[in-house]
Amino acid sequence: MQEFLQQVVSGLATGGIFASLALALVLIYNAMGLVNFAQGEMAMFATFIALVLIDRGLNYWIALPVTLVIAFAGGVLIQRIVIRPVERAPVLTLVIVTLGLATLVNGMAGFLFGYVPRSFPTPFSAQTVNLFGALASYQDLGVIAVSGVVLVLIYLLLQRTTLGLALRAASHHPEASRLLGIRVSWMLALGWGLASAVGAVSGLLAAPILLLQPNMMQTVIIYAFAAAVLGGIESPLGAVVGGLIVGVTVNLAGAYVPGVGGDLQLAVAFAIIIAVLVLKPNGLFGRAGVRRV
Amino acid sequence: MRSVRQAPASYLLVLVVIVFFVGLPTVVTSFQSAEWTQVLIFAIAIMGLNILVGYSGQISLGHGAFMALGAYTTAILIHRYHLNYLATIPIAGVLTGVVGFFLGIPALRLSALYLALATFALAVITPSLIKRPEELTGGVRGIEILPAQPPDAVNSAFTAVTGSPAMTSDQWLYYVSLGIALVLIWLAWNLVRHKPGRALRAIRDGEVAAAAFGVNIAGYKTLAFAVSAFYAGIAGSLYGLTIGFVSPDTFPVSLSFQILVGAVIGGLASIPGPLLGGIFTFWLPIVSNQFVAGQAWIPDQVAAVFKNAGPAVTYGALLILIMIFAPRGLVGLIVSGYANLRTRLRGAGERGTGQLPPDPQTV
Repeated sequence: MQEFLQQVVSGLATGGIFASLALALVLIYNAMGLVNFAQGEMAMFATFIALVLIDRGLNYWIALPVTLVIAFAGGVLIQRIVIRPVERAPVLTLVIVTLGLATLVNGMAGFLFGYVPRSFPTPFSAQTVNLFGALASYQDLGVIAVSGVVLVLIYLLLQRTTLGLALRAASHHPEASRLLGIRVSWMLALGWGLASAVGAVSGLLAAPILLLQPNMMQTVIIYAFAAAVLGGIESPLGAVVGGLIVGVTVNLAGAYVPGVGGDLQLAVAFAIIIAVLVLKPNGLFGRAGVRRV
Repeated sequence: MRSVRQAPASYLLVLVVIVFFVGLPTVVTSFQSAEWTQVLIFAIAIMGLNILVGYSGQISLGHGAFMALGAYTTAILIHRYHLNYLATIPIAGVLTGVVGFFLGIPALRLSALYLALATFALAVITPSLIKRPEELTGGVRGIEILPAQPPDAVNSAFTAVTGSPAMTSDQWLYYVSLGIALVLIWLAWNLVRHKPGRALRAIRDGEVAAAAFGVNIAGYKTLAFAVSAFYAGIAGSLYGLTIGFVSPDTFPVSLSFQILVGAVIGGLASIPGPLLGGIFTFWLPIVSNQFVAGQAWIPDQVAAVFKNAGPAVTYGALLILIMIFAPRGLVGLIVSGYANLRTRLRGAGERGTGQLPPDPQTV
């Protein structure tokens, strides 16, 4: 039983990483109905920027906000330069463009920082604390806490501020919002910036565990896809709950289901994606879509 | 003679291209033939993806997985059951096509976005899925395929033409791939010109309207998936035979990606597009690396990094640029460039060709 609890706790911790990346995916989906395939690579790149800052001697807690601001600016810039020209194009075009962006960012990271995995500092100590009979490290608890804080901040921004209202209005009713004086296109750019910053958090959380290298987020993004789909792809709360569920499920399957082990955990995430899409396409928190023809 | 003179210019172009590809191994080395074999194989896989993405408007980011299935089918049939390698190629194609058909059924319920997501995940997990049944697939070590020897008649004909002592396995496989590629391109051309092609394009441009006109949506969409997978399976089978070896690392995510890049760069919804895309995606990393390594002013370290990161950067940048500025790909650029040139030559007085505008851009 104790080992089971142990697995759940460490599953929740990895789930926190998936949750923040899934949250970033949901933000962009809400802004323009698109899954951003480059989200993981953007997060990886932001983490490299953080590493450069820390290597220059900056304190972790100073480097963190600086990185998030740079990631935000990068997200806005990418939306302005790359996404805006194809904003009204069919989904297929957008998917291909974000895939191109993913390889471009991945290659740039390899070009600038190399492919050798690097260790990344963590602000949380590796000491453990007894939690209902299971040993949880401060590292695990820290990851869970950070993803919780990010969710609350995003929730407050979207639901309790005028800017959040404008963001939501611009994505749901672009024409009406434009008539009311909201600069819709800039709202999209803001959405990209926000998503980029939230994604960067997941990169910063993942790097101490996975070691930082250009392909670090390639598997994490699949788990984040699974989390976002499970949560209903348009619900921020769903993304976080989905992330935690995926983290725990994958961890438990790796530990207890014979034949899964470490290398087929990704296949479990794939199975979750397929099962949700076929059985309950709206996920846990999504609404059924009605389309006018 | 009159019918020859009246044939459209494009037929002449096709003839030139065929002569070029048939004659190629007689003038280049055996190693270079093997490189061009890979170009042809990529062209086949890209053609398959083009039918799916360009004509039916569905998307797959997991065609590398279909290629892996085809390659492993061939490898296992040869290795365990000692089948003739030529017989394994159609088996690999049909098996992959059947799998593609069954994957096309759940794909019917998914929007383009979800389909992209699911097939992307499939491409990512393919290497670890292959590793699992170790007895069948050889695990991480993979399976070796012995080089295929040309039949005596072909061998003697080839030596008579080129004067070389013997035809190598690479040269023989080049001709096998060329023959199969020509047949498959011809089949694709026929498919898209006739009823299925019209139905697929109707579905792509307006599913509800197509259904209202009695087009069997589910049937055609799964058909597109099956045909597309069939092409990828054949390509995978040839790929395994050419490189003589299959292992999980032969089929990384980047392979699926390379196929997509080829389809987009060549030009979606066009028949010559995949061939151009195949040439482009295969030669781009090689040529650009040689170029960078040959420049004296670029430091060696930078050149070494470029070798790893260069293809990703150029592929990514090209995908974005083409989608923004030339969504019809190289073929679109050539066609519109040719049309512009003709109006320019004919003079300003004669604008308009009196022809219908091309297909609306939907991809």
